[in-house]
Amino acid sequence: MSETPWTGTSRSPARSVSADRQSANLADILERVLDKGIVIVGDIRVNLLDIELLTIKLRLLVASVDRAKEMGIDWWEHDPSLSSSARAAPKAKVRSGGSAAGEVGSGDDRARLEEENRLLRERLAALEAAQEEEK
Amino acid sequence: MTTPSGTPGTRTPGTATPGTATPGTVTPGTAAQRADDRETGTAVYLYGVARDLDESALDGVTGVADEPVRPLVHPDSGLTALISVVGLDQFGEQALRDNLEDLAWLEGTARAHHRVVTDIAGHAPTAPVRIATLYRDERRVLEVLEHDHRRLLELLDRITGRTEWGVKAYAVPEADGAGDGTGDGEPADGPASGASARPTSGTAYLQRRQAARQARRATQDRLAEHARAVHAELADHAVASRQHASQDARLSGRHETLILNMAYLVDDEQTEGFHEVARAVDRRLPGVKIEVTGPWPPYSFIDGDEATPTSVPEGAAEGTRP
Repeated sequence: MSETPWTGTSRSPARSVSADRQSANLADILERVLDKGIVIVGDIRVNLLDIELLTIKLRLLVASVDRAKEMGIDWWEHDPSLSSSARAAPKAKVRSGGSAAGEVGSGDDRARLEEENRLLRERLAALEAAQEEEK
Repeated sequence: MTTPSGTPGTRTPGTATPGTATPGTVTPGTAAQRADDRETGTAVYLYGVARDLDESALDGVTGVADEPVRPLVHPDSGLTALISVVGLDQFGEQALRDNLEDLAWLEGTARAHHRVVTDIAGHAPTAPVRIATLYRDERRVLEVLEHDHRRLLELLDRITGRTEWGVKAYAVPEADGAGDGTGDGEPADGPASGASARPTSGTAYLQRRQAARQARRATQDRLAEHARAVHAELADHAVASRQHASQDARLSGRHETLILNMAYLVDDEQTEGFHEVARAVDRRLPGVKIEVTGPWPPYSFIDGDEATPTSVPEGAAEGTRP
């Protein structure tokens, strides 16, 4: 298996308590900083659905490209939802304070993103199931 | 963790405008060229909010885009926002959207964000904020603290004196029975199972395939059982738990099968017990390797909604998104 820029360790955030403990890997960090943590509304931000979409894309693209290609699945290369250039980028909302946290500006945006997320989840599930089966 | 103590530094929290407008932050050609928000070319990046932080803890700490991390104190509540002034060339609306799609940029930013929060969480109760939370200026951050300080204090109460620990359980590729000389390896039943069997017919081949599939399923059932057992024991020593998504080997650098990926919020007095249980389970369950990560800032427990007060998860290591 070839090296990817994705492996690699940060310095350990740890006091030494358990010998089994590893330094933080990127997957652990991304899981937390992208998807967990407190949500406070900012002035400039990409809406949360976009970030959720991003994490799904990360999992899809990083997790499954090789396997999927082996299996002859290459739909993402033509899928506008996975190619930022092919997609008409949804607008990030610049908001001033006091508005509700993490909301997409219009109902249309939200519905579209939710649908996009749903489709991606299904595809991800299918790919991961296929991967599992191949093991 | 080392704290460069002394030299508290003269910081002036609460000043309205960012004093350090970085020159040349506006890159021509990005879509982030609209008139609003461009006056200074900078924005304020928020990492998290700490309570009763000794500001010297921030000496020498750098964050995203290699910018120094500064404290911004809300005097009434004792809350300190951890901030950096960043350029809109990287963190403006459109630039941010593009950069978040750039995996290398995302990695660097995520690690920097995490490093800051981790550093500070070692000194004071700290609520990590989700990545890429940005404000126009420091005055806006103070407004947010003013507006949200009750909620923030409540959240911090919940995690004070507690620490997040990550626990992963991996299935170790079958060493069971075979090489250990323990003699309990069952003879694989089925017509054509022996290693000597040659693919004499299509039927035999299919039978072998089916037997293999069944064996795999049985293994998966056993692993799920193990995962539940591991969780049940650890949950006894934790205040809350939260399931994390399964991980890919490229991101984690691991190739074993992940059967459990959890975060636990543990009272600091319970830390030893918690780790002891993890080690004991690791020794006891054949074919399962337990790995504990942390201490983490309480990312997984700061927003409350999805954390479970230590109950059993329904699946092994599936994602929990609805």
